Amino acid sequence: MSTDWQGRWCHVQKFLERTGPFAHPDFEPSSETLGFLQESCKLLIIGAGGLGCELLKDLALLGFKNIDIIDMDTIDVSNLNRQFLFRAKDVGRPKAEVAADFINTRIPGANITPHYAKIQDYDESFYSGFHIVVCGLDSIVARRWINGMLVSLLQYEDGVLKQETIIPMVDGGTEGFKGNARVILPGMTACVECTLDLYPPQVNFPLCTIAHTPRLPEHCIEYVRILLWPKEEPFGDGVAIDGDDPKHVKWIMEKSVERANEFNITGITYRLTQGVVKRIIPAVASTNAVIAAACATEVFKIATSCCMPLNNYMNFNDTEGIYTYTFEAERKDDCMACSKIPKSLTFSESDKLQDIINFLQESAEYQMKSPGLTANVHGKNKTLYMPTVKSIEEKTRENLKKTLGDLGIVNGQELYVADPTTPMTVTFKLSLGSNME
Amino acid sequence: MANFTKSKEGFDKSHKYDRQLRLWGDHGQTALETSRVCLVNATATGTEILKNLILPGIGSFTVVDGNKVQGEDVGNNFFLTKESIGQSRAKFATEYLSELNEDVSGDYMDEHPEKMLDTNVDFFNQFTIVIATNLCERTLLKLGKCLWEKNIPLLVCRCYGFIGYMRLVVKEHTGAGSFLSSVNSPLAGVISPLEESDVVESHPDNAHEDLRLDRPFEGLVKFIDSIDLQSMSKKDHSHTPWLIILYKYLQEWKEKHNGELPKVYLEKTQLKDMIREGIRKTDEGVQEEEENFEEAIKAVNTALNPTRIPSEVERLFSDSECQNLHSESSNFWILVRAIKEFVDSEGKGALPLRGTIPDMTADSERYIQLQNVYHEQAELDVSTVTQRVHDLLQNIGRDEPLDPLSESWKSLLAGGISEHEIKTFCKNAAFIRMVRCRSLEQEYCDQSEKIKDIGQHIDDEEPDDVVFYILLRAVDRFYEQYNTYPGWYTDQVESDVVKLKSCLSKLLHDWGLSFSIKDDFVHEMCRYGASELHTMASFIGGSAAQEAIKIITQQFVPFNNTYIYNAMKQTSVTVEL
Repeated sequence: MSTDWQGRWCHVQKFLERTGPFAHPDFEPSSETLGFLQESCKLLIIGAGGLGCELLKDLALLGFKNIDIIDMDTIDVSNLNRQFLFRAKDVGRPKAEVAADFINTRIPGANITPHYAKIQDYDESFYSGFHIVVCGLDSIVARRWINGMLVSLLQYEDGVLKQETIIPMVDGGTEGFKGNARVILPGMTACVECTLDLYPPQVNFPLCTIAHTPRLPEHCIEYVRILLWPKEEPFGDGVAIDGDDPKHVKWIMEKSVERANEFNITGITYRLTQGVVKRIIPAVASTNAVIAAACATEVFKIATSCCMPLNNYMNFNDTEGIYTYTFEAERKDDCMACSKIPKSLTFSESDKLQDIINFLQESAEYQMKSPGLTANVHGKNKTLYMPTVKSIEEKTRENLKKTLGDLGIVNGQELYVADPTTPMTVTFKLSLGSNME
Repeated sequence: MANFTKSKEGFDKSHKYDRQLRLWGDHGQTALETSRVCLVNATATGTEILKNLILPGIGSFTVVDGNKVQGEDVGNNFFLTKESIGQSRAKFATEYLSELNEDVSGDYMDEHPEKMLDTNVDFFNQFTIVIATNLCERTLLKLGKCLWEKNIPLLVCRCYGFIGYMRLVVKEHTGAGSFLSSVNSPLAGVISPLEESDVVESHPDNAHEDLRLDRPFEGLVKFIDSIDLQSMSKKDHSHTPWLIILYKYLQEWKEKHNGELPKVYLEKTQLKDMIREGIRKTDEGVQEEEENFEEAIKAVNTALNPTRIPSEVERLFSDSECQNLHSESSNFWILVRAIKEFVDSEGKGALPLRGTIPDMTADSERYIQLQNVYHEQAELDVSTVTQRVHDLLQNIGRDEPLDPLSESWKSLLAGGISEHEIKTFCKNAAFIRMVRCRSLEQEYCDQSEKIKDIGQHIDDEEPDDVVFYILLRAVDRFYEQYNTYPGWYTDQVESDVVKLKSCLSKLLHDWGLSFSIKDDFVHEMCRYGASELHTMASFIGGSAAQEAIKIITQQFVPFNNTYIYNAMKQTSVTVEL
């Protein structure tokens, strides 16, 4: 490598040129493994924020040169306390691009390709080009989506999984002083969907969303707390918000309702306001550094076999002392994403289409966000309801009130469901009874 | 206060540091911004630690390092470039680190720490904390002794192959365990499957709330007694906070059971049934949907736990520092003493009321009313404690007379303890903690029960990660003997295994430990050849920085006192040595 200097990879080589009792059984020490890392291995980092910046630095310094990084956000002031590839002058610019620039400059030979985009903007042809995918996301929906994407790339021959179609996914998450890192081998080990119960409803508010594009009542509350309160100082100079003081919370709620009305958002209650005001979503450099490092180490192990990888989930918490807990998350036999067992749904003819939608959203097993349903009715493919395209939503909205019988759905047929939580359509087998169930 | 200061880039600091202010607040941030950190040796581990301190805004840092930059340094260190090869590692690392945050000032000493300790030992006096990496045993012990005498905290960090190591050396560290008001926030990213909790959803764990249902205070009694469930409208009935419902049914239970609370599973089930009976029914006798009643039923599992003082806090009460206050006593111990006296008298055996209640199904008005009842009692307790604090300060000769009518009463410092401090302390009374570490000298020279403790960790088919502590000590012995690390040269890995094994045996023998350690571990250590993988440096970089922040801000609880990280299995262990 012409960009190298004497001793550059000395530390890394000790892991690649020597074997040890804890290496993968397939590991063979060689001076060529580094070459593979540098020339051939293609990595994808999803997210260029707190975890993403750390991951990019870590992987580049381990010797990985060909790294794509994707992030749909631009840089905000509040990112600067931990997203260390960004400076004051970068505020407003796309995170992926600034991060790539920084690393390409600081680490000679690095070939980082940024994508200022959403993960959903790309399809199988993009994702299948990577050896390993590492995620530094702040959204469960996005995690489930990429998980679904990688599962969809699996190929089977005579019912046996073709190993070369497996793209390992290393996933990290952090909140305040807590974090977790996990290794997923789609089709072989527990995937994100298998362990959905490990992720209770999560809330994260990027400042840019709060300031410019609020969508939920929580965003309106954050706007009042972060921007309006310091401006109006309703309880005196320098008086900070005390989330436990009922008078403070009431003021924030009232202002939040005003803002919500501006954006046609409903749902603000006293309970929600206090929940959000006290529900602090902190982030520090240290936790991100720890979790990203653990993830990057796993990528290194998987790419080189120099050591057995994490099996398969690690929790971290340094609130009181430093606590880690590592365990093997188990696959679900009937996982909606990675098992090949078709799922079934049971409803009655007299149930309404809305009932199916409610069930899919509320069930702990599926936790769908806004499902769209199609089915084969009277020999033709019919869109029953699709929330994602405005014109179709308007046309199909009336179906929600209709009963399944009226819609022509019959017992034993298949129902196809699309949802933001997965890139693939999920097929359900519908058991339709004629009695009220 | 961080709120009104601008950063050098022109932002409001409260904006830039917003995400971390939610963890340690303005006071924590101020402590951070006035701190001075010293890094000994700008290794990858060292610079990664500093990065995670500079980003959140420490006051200043100084790098002490006499080494010249080598090719391999640039390979694993984000804060060195190939242009710096052959030049001062301290200088270039400082330059690249300073660039991270304009609010932080950085400086360096192009000097070997060994020399500093000989010629300019008072240099270290200026620091809030010293972080050391890559020191040989001899120099480390010297530095440890120097800082112990000066009462300056020392954090020793090391990355060796897939093993990370940290050692905290602080005589006495005190603080409030949690700035956040409740321990289990509903924010939990992931629930560990082994966590015990009756309420396995994202609600706050009622077991950790301070609700006093077992010993309701006067204000609570008065408020709830004035409420009549039976006569309520349907709407009011189904929007009455579960706390009130549970209290009411507890009253009923106590009347039937000699004033006793339900304790065993059977009794709790009976109480739940009683509550379920209270759910209103339709004219046809079908139960209405009253979520507040369901919440009350669930709460029986956890909200009836007796109000008690945590054992860690009891220990603080009986500590001699609390028992024997004097004019030099720290604010922490004065506050502990004030709380203890409160517990012994006005508190009637309980800590000051925390003053918060969890969310619950209710109409706003009554929830707020209920919340206020707790809030007011907590405020009452705070003023009682405040009076005790002033009395104590007077007793030890540190009080200044204060005019309660003056403007400054609210936030003025009496003997250096502000109202905010007292209020925060009361709110977190259940979480106050103290950590005392043994010195390095004690660890290295005192062959006692601590060593036998280690033995228990190792004497097993699958020894836990403490085995790597022993191996690192053996590695250091190897270095003392051969002036190089085992496996440093690839062609000597095999022969070094033999030598390291012998160092290890001798070490175990010196410690009076009779068991042996599997050859696999010795082999693996030689494989590493003292390599410092960047991701290891980054992991320890994050962990160590956070421990340093705990020391500086006196919030959250630092580890005590040795931490081993095993990246092979992604496990770790803390042990007190």
